Amino acid sequence: MAESIKDKVAIIGMGCTKFGELWDKSPEDLIIEAYKETMEDAGIEKKDIQAAWLGSHLDDISIGRGVIIFSMALKLPFIPVTRTENFCATGTEALRGACYAVASGAYDIALALGVEKLKDVGYAGLPESGNLNMEGTLGRFTTPARTAPGAYAMMATGYFAKYGLSPEDGKRTLAKISSKSHHNGTLNPKAHLRREVSVEDVMKAPIIAWPLGLYDCCGVSDGAAAAIVTRADMAKNFRPDPVYVKALQIAASSGEELLYTDYDYAHVETTYRAGIAAYREAGIKNPREELSMMETHDCFSINELTQYEDLGISPRGRAKEDVDAGFFNIDGKIPNEVDGGLKCFGHPIGASGLRMVYEIYKQLQGKAGPRQLKDPKIGLTHNMGGTPPSCVVAVGIVGL
Amino acid sequence: MAKGIKDKAAVIGMGCVKFGENWEQSAADMIIDAVYEAYEDAGIEPKEIQAAWVGTVQAGVRGTQLAVPLKLEYIPISRLENACATGTDAFRNACYAVAAGICDTALAVGVEKTKDTGYSGLETTYSRHISQGTWLDPEVFVGMPAQFALAATRYFYRYKLSYEEGKRTLAKISVKSHHNGTMSPKAHLRREITLEQVINAPIIAWPLGLFDCCGVSDGAAAAIVTRPDLAKKFRDDYVLVKGLGITCGASQAELQDDYDFTHFEESVTAGKLAYQEAGIKEPRKELDLASVHDCFSITELLNYEDLGFSPRGKAKEDIDAGAFTLEGELPVNTDGGLKCFGHPVGASGIRMLYEIYKQLQGKADARQVKNAKIGLTHNLGGLPGRFTCAVTILGR
Amino acid sequence: MGGTQMAIGITSYGAYLPWHRLGPGTNGWTARTERAVASFDEDSITMAVAAAVNCLDGFHRQDIQALYFASTTPPYKEKSNATTVSVAADLPFETLSMDFSDSLRAGTAALQAAIDAVKGGSAKQVLLVAADMRVPQPRSEFEPVFGDGAAALLIGNSKVAVQLEDSYAVSHEMLDVWRADGDAFVRTWEDRFVIEEGYLKILPQVISKLLDRNKLSSKDITKAVLYAPDSRRHREMVRKLGFDLETQVQEPLFSTVGNTGAAFAPMMLAAALEKAKAGDRILLANYGNGADAFLFRVTEEIEAIRNSRGVGSYVESKRILPDYETYAVWRGLIDKAPPTRRPPIRTPSPSAMHREESKNLRFHGIKCKRCGYPQYPPQRVCTRCHAKDEFEDYRFSDKKAKVFTYALDRLGPTLDPPLVVSVIDFDGGGRMFSIMTDRDVDKVEIGMPLEMTFRKFHSSEGIHNYYWKCMPVRA
Repeated sequence: MAESIKDKVAIIGMGCTKFGELWDKSPEDLIIEAYKETMEDAGIEKKDIQAAWLGSHLDDISIGRGVIIFSMALKLPFIPVTRTENFCATGTEALRGACYAVASGAYDIALALGVEKLKDVGYAGLPESGNLNMEGTLGRFTTPARTAPGAYAMMATGYFAKYGLSPEDGKRTLAKISSKSHHNGTLNPKAHLRREVSVEDVMKAPIIAWPLGLYDCCGVSDGAAAAIVTRADMAKNFRPDPVYVKALQIAASSGEELLYTDYDYAHVETTYRAGIAAYREAGIKNPREELSMMETHDCFSINELTQYEDLGISPRGRAKEDVDAGFFNIDGKIPNEVDGGLKCFGHPIGASGLRMVYEIYKQLQGKAGPRQLKDPKIGLTHNMGGTPPSCVVAVGIVGL
Repeated sequence: MAKGIKDKAAVIGMGCVKFGENWEQSAADMIIDAVYEAYEDAGIEPKEIQAAWVGTVQAGVRGTQLAVPLKLEYIPISRLENACATGTDAFRNACYAVAAGICDTALAVGVEKTKDTGYSGLETTYSRHISQGTWLDPEVFVGMPAQFALAATRYFYRYKLSYEEGKRTLAKISVKSHHNGTMSPKAHLRREITLEQVINAPIIAWPLGLFDCCGVSDGAAAAIVTRPDLAKKFRDDYVLVKGLGITCGASQAELQDDYDFTHFEESVTAGKLAYQEAGIKEPRKELDLASVHDCFSITELLNYEDLGFSPRGKAKEDIDAGAFTLEGELPVNTDGGLKCFGHPVGASGIRMLYEIYKQLQGKADARQVKNAKIGLTHNLGGLPGRFTCAVTILGR
Repeated sequence: MGGTQMAIGITSYGAYLPWHRLGPGTNGWTARTERAVASFDEDSITMAVAAAVNCLDGFHRQDIQALYFASTTPPYKEKSNATTVSVAADLPFETLSMDFSDSLRAGTAALQAAIDAVKGGSAKQVLLVAADMRVPQPRSEFEPVFGDGAAALLIGNSKVAVQLEDSYAVSHEMLDVWRADGDAFVRTWEDRFVIEEGYLKILPQVISKLLDRNKLSSKDITKAVLYAPDSRRHREMVRKLGFDLETQVQEPLFSTVGNTGAAFAPMMLAAALEKAKAGDRILLANYGNGADAFLFRVTEEIEAIRNSRGVGSYVESKRILPDYETYAVWRGLIDKAPPTRRPPIRTPSPSAMHREESKNLRFHGIKCKRCGYPQYPPQRVCTRCHAKDEFEDYRFSDKKAKVFTYALDRLGPTLDPPLVVSVIDFDGGGRMFSIMTDRDVDKVEIGMPLEMTFRKFHSSEGIHNYYWKCMPVRA
């Protein structure tokens, strides 16, 4: 019978670069920086790494296809290196590869690193990669030139309509989410954006794709993050405070959201399914009571709002109440985006999943500085790539 | 019954600018220089001119192009154009005016700023007029050298001249003219050339080479005419107009298959008209010198025969004998001709008159033909079958 | 920087702005700014001539040894534009003309070169003229910002009004805003890259270095004349450098003129000099694939060269275009059918143009020595007394005139119908037929005061045909 990953793998070292518009840093620079911090944190040497997983999304720029640039940048000595890609779930995917390899007993120590040089693309938002990845002409004709904000804005409109929120109320709810994250970002030296943004700022910002405005959307940035994993029974050889992987789940859309008329465009089915699977794997029965913190995929404020419900924290249609109550603020019951989230870090696609784990890892070790939560025990990361009705979601749970 | 022009008009003053690539001179500049030389030569004031004719193909339209630079105020001025016969035709009209008693003193000017077209050969497009519709006129596409080369080829063939013989014969004409040009201060080209140079020169339109063709240049010349009975007031050595013939072809060469392409009928007929007016029966003996239209060496050769200087088909013999050199029996193109002056189309006819005029007055310096009493000018413009030809005969 | 060194600097300044504006009030114009747009018969050469003449007012043109022309929109690519400007400004034949191009820093690069030339002794007076007429892509971010105009500075070592104290420059290879040969419009990369890695990084470096090595700080500057791509970035730069926006900075005129490319920095300097006082310290900084900065000290001579017809008065003298379409047609953005069907216009012969340069470009006529009557075009035989070849050269380009009579031709070919044809009588004598430009058709009347302006009649066969038109005197 298939078992879970729970407590089979431990993270013994992590690193993360400052995220931002790093014009003068190449992908190699970012890789090396994240790697060095990770290695120092783990206290191991290069020769100890037996296999590596690289997560990067863009094919044509950034680090490109294959792993050669990565392995040459780090001068990895002819070890197995795999590149994985799964849209915005890429970072978690790289971690998952390393974890399964170690859990299977194939390796003792493995490296997972996610990196993206998104700013080299030269556009203010993500380039439209969606349509290029579809077979034949589907992408070009059926879903042409659809931008990310546009796709998620549809979910905002759907959510407001389903739960009877006026546009004003809806936008205000979303604004509170962004404002909360920006506040957390001011406490994080590695974030790109570190200014307070008030709810009014968010409300009045220029519209990108109605109803989403400038501050409802995360930015475009460069960054890298990495982790060293080992088998749980070896972890304490390296450090007294390893962090254990409790769950690693991925769910990919079946396509029914777009084909059936049942889909309500007010939630993300894949988040829901991946969440259920992850909770089962980790043995969590009541996430609202049991989770200490979360780092979810807040590419757009509406996405974060629906995640509260899809991950089973807020009841369906009532996330607004929790938002208004400050449930997810840094001083709330389940702080979300404690490090500032995608909102403040931007979204170097391959790196984000690992950056989320990094924050929880540091929090669990009591090393989160001004952002430190009191006694966190277990945290959830959530990555999502694609658009609300057609996407892939990765949910990871790590704890002490 | 018409009595002709003989002795009914007299030339009392002439002017001519240096021909050449006159970059620094506009048409107006050259007009002023040529005309003021003529005023001085005639000893008259500008306001004595009562009527004027300006001949030019491209330098300008309307009579005002003469009036404005010269400040001729409110007198009758006509502009005319007749291809290469333009200059002579301007002169002809001035002569008819004084002969008819319309005015006492008339001015004829020929001018051209060919260098401003920016092409190294004559632009052919000036013949493309709206009224010709869409008839694809060969004149538009085929350059001048090629049109005359047609006659050269046929002439060699008809009179059984080998290519070498034909080329050599033509070359002698050019060499002769260039020699004369060295003594002609107003000419553009003033260098001797050799037979070898001419024969070996690059081909422009076979069989014509570079030195078989006259060049492109700017120039202007002017003549002041009056009635003979008034001429004495101005000078003793005035020159009389003895004959003026102009004829136009009617495209016979292109339409009729019996045109032989080894003569130009227009020259023959214009010559006959002029000779008749002047009372000349044997041109070879009676003329002292001639300026003929030598746009191409072959043209001059055909002119010898067409104007009755040589018997048909026998021009070569006369050329070989040096009959038309400065020392010969009938010097032709004593000033170097079109060969050395180039061909500012509107000006050439009057430039030729200038040479004959000066020769008849004994003022031709090193080029002087002894005892010159009667001379001929000949202009030819267009293409075979469609020429305009003008012949004048001047005498003392 | 000692007092023993010969003072070198600016001895005169001038500018030119076209009459027309796109602005609120123009049908089809959506921005809130006004920007100066060159007329259909203007280009960088004609505007440069206007600025040069403006700058040289009161100076002897024979005393200029060199003319430097700077522009990123030169009408010719392989033919000196500077020589045309030089001849039209009626500078002597010996004037050495040079073309500076390819970067928005061309104007100040030429300034440094001019200063070096005077310092090195190869010239006593160098006239530097910068002009630009960049066409922004319609509805792009640049369209509300780009403007057309020209400025001129006379550099010398005698009666220096604005003395150079120090200068510093760096070159910086970067594709931030650029045009390749054949491109109609500027290209640009992502805004954040362009500004953060380019403008906001390089310009402050250069200014700091210049100030530091002269032991100055921003508070020692009376007036900072700073290039900026637009007003928002200008404010950012001012803030970053620590200048007071209200008192220490030359207003960059983005809302009334626009970014005039290579002319921008010299023009803003000219504007600053219109109000400068002796003792003022002026910082001029320009940007474009690098940056250059100049430290100037204004002397008492500034009063003598106060320009009454400077940037300020050109800004005020304007006409808002009635519609965007007019502008688009003028710039060739729309290929609109002409109002009447006319035969194509052919270019005159270059050999004829060469011969008649004095008449056409220098706008010289003659004055008869015998009867004193001025005539244009030049006549060898005087129109009054018929004296032949007894004349002297007479410059008409700087003479004022009045309308004697006029017609509004609706048949004649023009991009701005009706074609106003007038007979004009010059102050001091002389008359000519002249096309009138930059005119309000409703205001044209007999007796109207006119001045001459150097314009482009038309372009065909790769030749720009320049000539002089008359226009109502600009305020």
